[in-house]
Amino acid sequence: MAGVLGTSIKRREDPALITGRGKYTDDLNVPGMAHAAIVRSPYAHARIRGIDASAAEALPGVLAVLTARDVAAAGIPGVVPVGWLLPDLKTPAHPMIAADTVRHVGDAVAVVVAEDRYIARDAADRVAVDYEPLDAVADVVAALEDGAPAVHEDAPGNVAFDWEIGERESVDAAFASAAHTVQLDLRNNRLIPHAIEPRAVLASYDSNAGSMTIHMTSQNPHVHRLLMTLASLGMPEHKVRIVAPEVGGGFGSKIHHYADEAIVGLCSMKLDRPVKWTATRTETNLTDAHGRDHSTHCALALDADGRITGLRVDTTAAMGAYLSTFAPAVPTYLYGTLMSGQYDIPAIHCHVTGVFTHTTPVDAYRGAGRPEATYVVERLMHLAGETTGLGPVEVRRRNFVSPDAFPYQTQVALAYDSGNYGPAMDRALEMIGYDDLRSEQASRRGNGGGRQIGIGFSSYIEACGLAPSAVVGSLGAQAGQWESADVRVHPTASVTVYTGSSSHGQGHETTFSQIVADRLGIDPEAVEVIHGDTDLVQFGMGTYGSRSAAVGGSAIARSVDKIIEKGKKIAAHLLEASAEDLEYEDGSFRVAGSPDRSLGLGDVALQAYLAHNYPDDLEPGLSATSFYDPSNFTYPFGTHVCVVEVDTETGSIELLRYAAVDDVGNVINPMIVDGQLHGGLAQGIGQALWENAVYDESGQLVSGSLMDYAVPKIHNLISFELDRTTTPCPHNPLGVKGVGEAGAIASPAAVVNAVVDALAPFGIDHIDMPLTPEKVWRAVNS
Amino acid sequence: MTVSIQLEVNGKPVQAAVEPRRLLVHFLREDLGLTGANIGCETSLCGACTVLVDGNAVKSCTMLAAQADGASVTTIEGLAQNGELHPLQEGFWEKHGLQCGYCTPGMILSANYLLTQNQNPNDEEIREGLKGNICRCTGYHNIVEAVKYAAERMS
Repeated sequence: MAGVLGTSIKRREDPALITGRGKYTDDLNVPGMAHAAIVRSPYAHARIRGIDASAAEALPGVLAVLTARDVAAAGIPGVVPVGWLLPDLKTPAHPMIAADTVRHVGDAVAVVVAEDRYIARDAADRVAVDYEPLDAVADVVAALEDGAPAVHEDAPGNVAFDWEIGERESVDAAFASAAHTVQLDLRNNRLIPHAIEPRAVLASYDSNAGSMTIHMTSQNPHVHRLLMTLASLGMPEHKVRIVAPEVGGGFGSKIHHYADEAIVGLCSMKLDRPVKWTATRTETNLTDAHGRDHSTHCALALDADGRITGLRVDTTAAMGAYLSTFAPAVPTYLYGTLMSGQYDIPAIHCHVTGVFTHTTPVDAYRGAGRPEATYVVERLMHLAGETTGLGPVEVRRRNFVSPDAFPYQTQVALAYDSGNYGPAMDRALEMIGYDDLRSEQASRRGNGGGRQIGIGFSSYIEACGLAPSAVVGSLGAQAGQWESADVRVHPTASVTVYTGSSSHGQGHETTFSQIVADRLGIDPEAVEVIHGDTDLVQFGMGTYGSRSAAVGGSAIARSVDKIIEKGKKIAAHLLEASAEDLEYEDGSFRVAGSPDRSLGLGDVALQAYLAHNYPDDLEPGLSATSFYDPSNFTYPFGTHVCVVEVDTETGSIELLRYAAVDDVGNVINPMIVDGQLHGGLAQGIGQALWENAVYDESGQLVSGSLMDYAVPKIHNLISFELDRTTTPCPHNPLGVKGVGEAGAIASPAAVVNAVVDALAPFGIDHIDMPLTPEKVWRAVNS
Repeated sequence: MTVSIQLEVNGKPVQAAVEPRRLLVHFLREDLGLTGANIGCETSLCGACTVLVDGNAVKSCTMLAAQADGASVTTIEGLAQNGELHPLQEGFWEKHGLQCGYCTPGMILSANYLLTQNQNPNDEEIREGLKGNICRCTGYHNIVEAVKYAAERMS
C-alpha cells in the first residue's frame, strides 16, 4: 500500500497491553505447575562448607531442594557458557549452581520447588548454608592490584583478557608533536538495566516425549535454546521449544543465558512437572547482567589548528564474577572500534584490560560499549574545545569526517558506509537557539548568581545493525549475526511473516507489517507477524544491537522480493507473457506497456496454491525464506544538545532543554522511532545524573533495590525536542540503520558536558557520573 | 488459616478465603486471574501493580487481600466500559504512551486517579501526579502526551 512506509501507524500490539490482556511469562499458569525459589549467596566470596536443606524439605508443600550435587547427578553439562572468545581469554567455569565457591552476592547455591510461591520462599529461607567468608574485591581497579583476592584460580591477577586495537607508535608520535593535548581520567558508572518486568521462566518438561517447552523472558529464543541445550541441560536442541510471550523490556538484560533459567529447566526435568520462577526485583538486580563499569585514562592530541592528530585510550573494564554470554565483545569490539567517533582521526590506540571482580557479571546493556566510547570521545572533544579556544561547536566541525570522504576507513577497523555530520549539528544549533543561550549564559555569569546554565554537546556515531557474520566470526563471536524471515502469502493473498527478530516492546509486529505492506502493495492489516517461538520460527538471532529493522527487516524485504519474482513467473504464464516483461506495482502484476494485461496478487496467489494452470518448471506455493547477512554494520549518527541549570550553592542540576537531531536512515514508523529515542535518552540521562550500581568493599550491592538505585522517574525528566536528518544506509534494501540505542549512546556525554560547561568559571573540567548534588557541590567547593 | 473476604472487583461481587498474608496483587492475579496488574518490584516503588481501591490509586503489592474486605477494586481489566476503551487507554494507544506495556496498567490507573483530582492538569502536574509509577521504555515523554489527550477527551 502506497504511503505506508514512513507513516506513524498506531501499534497493533497495544490493544492487548492497555486492557490487561497481554500475557507475560508470570501471567502464565498451567495445570500441575510448581514454583521455584532460588537460594542465593549473601556473600561476595565464600567457600560453601555444607548445605542443610532438611528444614526446608520438612515444610509441607515443598517438593524438592536441589543443589550442585543434583546437577552433577543429573549427568548434564550444567554450565553457563560464554559466547564470544577473544585471543587468550580466560574462561573459568561458570556452574549453574555453585558447588564449593560463591563468587558474587546472588550466586545461586540451591533451588527450592514447592506447590506455591509463598511456600517456596518460606522454604528457601530455611535452607541453611554454611559459608566460610573469603576476602572479596568488587572494584575494577582494586582487582588488578597486587595481592587482590583472586576471583578464579585460573585467571591470574584477575585478568580475563588484554586487548588492543590501533597503532600505539603512531599515537605516541602524534602526542610528541602535538600543539594541544587534553586528558581525562574517568569512570563509566556501573548500571543495572531494570527492565520493568523481572526475568521469569516457566519450564514444562514432558517425560513421555522427552521434550520441554520453556516460556521465558527472552530477546532471542533461539540463542537461548542453543545455549540452554548445549551447555546447561544437555537436551537435544529439537526437543526444546522456547517461547517468549509478551516481554516487559530487556535493554540487553534478556539477551544473555543465565543460570537461573537453566536451573528451573532442571527442576522441571527432575520433578516431571511444570515449574515457574519469577525473579524478585532484588534478585533480578543481583543476577541480570549489569552494564558499563569502566575505569579509563584517555587523551587527545591536536595540532595548532585544532585538528585531531591522535587519540589514546586505556580502559579497565569489569567482567564481574563470570563471563556472561557476550561480555568479552562489549568493551572491545563494540567499544575500541568506535573511538573515531564522527571525526577524521589519523592515529588511534585503545587498550582494554578485562577484569574479574566479585560482582554480578557485566554484559551488553543498551548501547553496549558504544555509550562508553562516545562518552570518552565526546568528553575529550569538550575539553579540546576549551583548550584550543575553538569552543565545542567549531572543534567538532573542524574534525568531522567530510561528507565526500565516505566510505571512510577509520583507524580502528570499522569502515563507515555513509554519513553527513554537519547538517545534524546545524539543525541542533538552530533548534536550541544556540547564540541566545550563550548570551543568557554570559549574562548569568556576569551577574554571579547561584544558578548557572551550561550547554553540552554530543556528536555521536554508533555501529549497529549487528552484523556481518564473517566479520564477527573472525573477531571471536560463537554465533552468526544474520536474521531470518519466512514470508508466506496465503491463497487469499493475506500474509504471515515468521521473523527471527523477537520483540520485547519495540513494536516489531507493526513495523514489519509496514515493510511487507509497502513492498507488496497491500494493507498492513493483511499481514500477520509471528515471532518469539522456536517451534514456529525456524531460526533467529534475536533483538539487540539496534538490529531488528536493519537486519530482520531486510530479511523480510528480501523474502518479499523473492515472492514477487516467483509471482511474476506465475503471472507471466497466466497472461501468456514473458516474466521479464512483468512489473509489480500496487498489488498487481502487469505486462510492461500493456496496462490492461494485469493480475492482482490474489489471482496469482490462488493459482500458486491451485497449480491447475501453472508453469511446468515451478513448484506450487507462494512463500519465501531469507537469511539476510548484512555486508556491513550500519552507522547512525547525530548531534544532541543538553541545557542544564546548576545551582552552585546546593549542587543540584535541573534539565532545561534537550534537543536531539538523529540520522537513523530511512524511517519506517516515525512515532515508534521517536519513542525509541525518548527511552534511550531517559536511560542515558539516568546514567549521567542518577543511576549507579554501588558495591561496598565487601562486595555487597548497596544500591540493589529501587529504594537505592535511582531509575529516572517522570518528574525527573523533561519533554525532548527531536528532529532528524536522513542519510539512507547504502547497503541494505530498506536504507534503514537502527535507533534503539542512539539515545543511550549520545546523552551521557551531552549531560556531563553541559554541567561541566556551567561550572567552567570554577575551573571544573570533569565530574564522574552520576552527577549527584553532593559530587557537584564538592567539586564547586574544593 | 484463612480469612473470609467479600469485595467488589470490576463491578462484580467476589467472595474468597485467603491466607492473612496474601497480597492483594497475588489475590487479583492468581486467584481471580486478573493478570493486568503486574509486579515489578517488592518495595512499592515501581507502581506496575497499581489498581483503584474505592477510587484511590493503590499499589496492590503493598496491601493485603484481607484489607480489601468490603472495598471496591478496579483493575485495568475493568476500565473499558461496554467495549469502549477508556479515554486514557485511547490516549496511551494514540500517543504511543507504551512500549513493552508492563508498567502500562498501573500507569493508566494512576493517571485515572490523577484526572479525578485534577481534570485539566498541565505537564508539570501530570509529572508530579505520576511520580509513583516507573516506566523504563518511553522516557515518559509520550505518557505526558497520552494523559493530556485523555484529559481533553474527558472534558
